[in-house]
Amino acid sequence: MLAVNFLLLAAVLFCIGVFGVIARRNAVLVLMSIELILAAVNLNFVAFAMMNDNIDGQVFALFVIAIAAAEVGVGLAMVLMIYRNRKSIALDGLSEMKG
Amino acid sequence: MVARWTVNLHALIAQTDAEPAVNVALNIGFGLIATVMIFAAFSVVTTKNVVHAALYLVLVLAGVAAQFILASAEFLAVAQVMVYIGAVMVLFLFGIMLTRAQIGKEDGLNNQGWQLGIPVAVVLFGLLGYVIFNTFEDDVLEERAPFPTEQLSDQYLSAYLVPFLAVSFVLLAAAIGAIVLARKD
Repeated sequence: MLAVNFLLLAAVLFCIGVFGVIARRNAVLVLMSIELILAAVNLNFVAFAMMNDNIDGQVFALFVIAIAAAEVGVGLAMVLMIYRNRKSIALDGLSEMKG
Repeated sequence: MVARWTVNLHALIAQTDAEPAVNVALNIGFGLIATVMIFAAFSVVTTKNVVHAALYLVLVLAGVAAQFILASAEFLAVAQVMVYIGAVMVLFLFGIMLTRAQIGKEDGLNNQGWQLGIPVAVVLFGLLGYVIFNTFEDDVLEERAPFPTEQLSDQYLSAYLVPFLAVSFVLLAAAIGAIVLARKD
């Protein structure tokens, strides 16, 4: 199997995730797009671990999984708090910090 | 005639033996899973129903786990299934149910200028694809037995011990932070 297969699949997933982060207005959907990006990064790590015959890539992929789980937990807690205060999770409405 | 045919056949077999072994079944499996993953990922960012987006995300993450198995990372595949499909998706579904009122299709999930994302994604993919093709054009992932899990745990408990402890601390802090943020009073 060619390394390009894995890397191109990861690139496609990454670009779709970036598109989701830009295009989506709903905060939960933006978090899902971030998950897509992290999954793409994990695919790259594992492909490089296989290519170099070195397990360090898998070690980093597990770190990424752990950080992603923490990020989703905190992110959804923040979304819940925003929803409780504003009755909406539309991200374009959050402009209090605008100068 | 028959003799020449068998000679040709032998030459053909010798030729296929000489080429680097490509596992056709592995490549077909990769292609099928990759197609499903790309379709599902596209649906995640385009669908009008938030719950459907979460379920398509399950498909993408399960596909990632399957690709991990193809890339001989079995422990990671199991961890991916348990953490993402088991825990993160439940969190997402809770988040959806606690923050939305209407069931079914919903308008206004996209930003005003969401079309701006299309050129950004296309240009980014063009750039990434060009770089990947130029750099890794001939690199082959050789088939191998799965990495043993002992090797992974050895790395965690020796070379990466400090980052490992840091990650466990980050997880603890995130759990406490999520509770503090989300509690009612």
